[in-house]
Amino acid sequence: MAIEIRETTRDQTRADLRIALEACAVRKIFRPARGLGAGGVAVRAVDDVSLTVRRGEIYGLLGANGSGKSTLIRVFSTLLTADAGEVRIFGYDIVRDELAVKRLINRVSVEASFFKKLSAMENLIYAGRLYGVAPDEARPKIREILRRLGIDPRRVSEPLEKLSRGMQQKIAIARAFLTSPMLLLLDEPTTGLDIRSKREVQTFVRDLRDEHDATILLTTHDLDEAARLADRIGILHQGRLVAEGSASELCARHGTGSLEEVFMTVTGRRLDESDDTGGGAGTE
Amino acid sequence: MATIGGQLGLAYAFVEREVALSKRYWAWELVWLVYGVVTSLSVAYIGLAAPTIAGGVADPAAVSRFVLYLLVGTITWRFLGLIFEQMGETIAWERWEGTIEYTFMAPVPRLTHLVGMCGATLVRALGFSVAILAAVTLFVPVDLSHADIAAALVLLATGAVAFIGLAIGSAVFPLLWTEKGLQMAYIVQAVVLLVSGVYYPTSVLPVWMQALSVVSPATYVIRGMRAALLDGADVAAVWPDLWPALLVGAISIPVGLRVFLWAERHAKRTGRLKRSG
Repeated sequence: MAIEIRETTRDQTRADLRIALEACAVRKIFRPARGLGAGGVAVRAVDDVSLTVRRGEIYGLLGANGSGKSTLIRVFSTLLTADAGEVRIFGYDIVRDELAVKRLINRVSVEASFFKKLSAMENLIYAGRLYGVAPDEARPKIREILRRLGIDPRRVSEPLEKLSRGMQQKIAIARAFLTSPMLLLLDEPTTGLDIRSKREVQTFVRDLRDEHDATILLTTHDLDEAARLADRIGILHQGRLVAEGSASELCARHGTGSLEEVFMTVTGRRLDESDDTGGGAGTE
Repeated sequence: MATIGGQLGLAYAFVEREVALSKRYWAWELVWLVYGVVTSLSVAYIGLAAPTIAGGVADPAAVSRFVLYLLVGTITWRFLGLIFEQMGETIAWERWEGTIEYTFMAPVPRLTHLVGMCGATLVRALGFSVAILAAVTLFVPVDLSHADIAAALVLLATGAVAFIGLAIGSAVFPLLWTEKGLQMAYIVQAVVLLVSGVYYPTSVLPVWMQALSVVSPATYVIRGMRAALLDGADVAAVWPDLWPALLVGAISIPVGLRVFLWAERHAKRTGRLKRSG
């Protein structure tokens, strides 16, 4: 399947091949439901965001809770339709060429979502089948990925619900890697992991990029993680992309010594303060 | 991957997943099986007790026919109802498990996804129905000596096709209403049960309910099944009940699929394609 995907993209132009993801003026507003008992205000979750992720790059989206990171990732994952703007992944339009885009991407979200009663192996074999990876091909790949993620092979047959949160999250990451995505969307993948697991996942993310030519878009509210992993960082604040550059560029541009200070300078608040005080990323 | 073989391979992923889930939730499967057997047996005993309840004496052959009349209705409904329930729960179940986003993000055409779920549903419904019939025959004498089994199987297959279309349509409710959608699907199922003549001829229903029974494929399938199993009617003889069920299937499957695709687009626009909680 991975080979097929790479063959497909050869049809794209050279310019498209250098750009993994291109988002142009993306906007998403959540409006309150109509009808009896409905209330609330419209929330401008993503507000005119444009960004480009180059092939082979690790791009970190940094923002507080409620800043629009997950909404943006959900748009890129084809799970949410933007109200305005355009998104292209390796040259494919995310709406018009949805199935082609789906073959190129995978996503790890903050919740490791699995069939809880099924084992890690059963869940991963199922995921592989959905992406055209036959079980015979998937099994050795799964064992290798889990070994590199530090999962005890004896535990792959246990129901997922019996594994710790950290192990479940590693298996979610293994699920994404199994399908050899060209663009991997990681939505706060290390949230809730202990320091050792966090480091193992971060090392694996880097290895995936270096060894498998993957492009990675990572959302996080962990400044160290962003600095350690990302080639470039975008800072989202109230649905808007308010700064972009490498960690050193951002520090130099704002005359600060750390990403934390950059964040406070461009957003006017600390990273651990939620953006959704007052109704969301931005209210209308 | 665009070949039929490739698509069937993708669809098989859902069958394999559902079989694995059934094994892991074996205790619940046992509960549903026991519940199905007990319900069907209770209905059969009502039939056996009918002369006593009515305070008269009935011909044993008439009682036997009445019991079979009720059993055909209850077991056929169990089969059709399981298809309706399981397909209707396609979305709600994945939302509850938290896997809905991964399933809808996977590069699987929606038609292939639904075909896979239909395959899994048919395997389960058929297994349950056969097991219930086998269990019931251990307790209640069932005379199938006059039955035309081939005609019954054709009717059952037709009913399955017709119900798949309706069930795909009802799976839309949990897609549109994340909290109350499944309840709405159950209400539709309950109304279909009431108007389809599962335990009685539809002629006893009020006129406005009889109008509803005309559009329920279960009405034709159950009536045809009774003709085949009680009176030995062959396929040609049950044709008046076969073609309306076929017609409902021919209309409801494409319509159900289109409605489902529309609902998926709507859910993506409004942010409802997400897990619970």
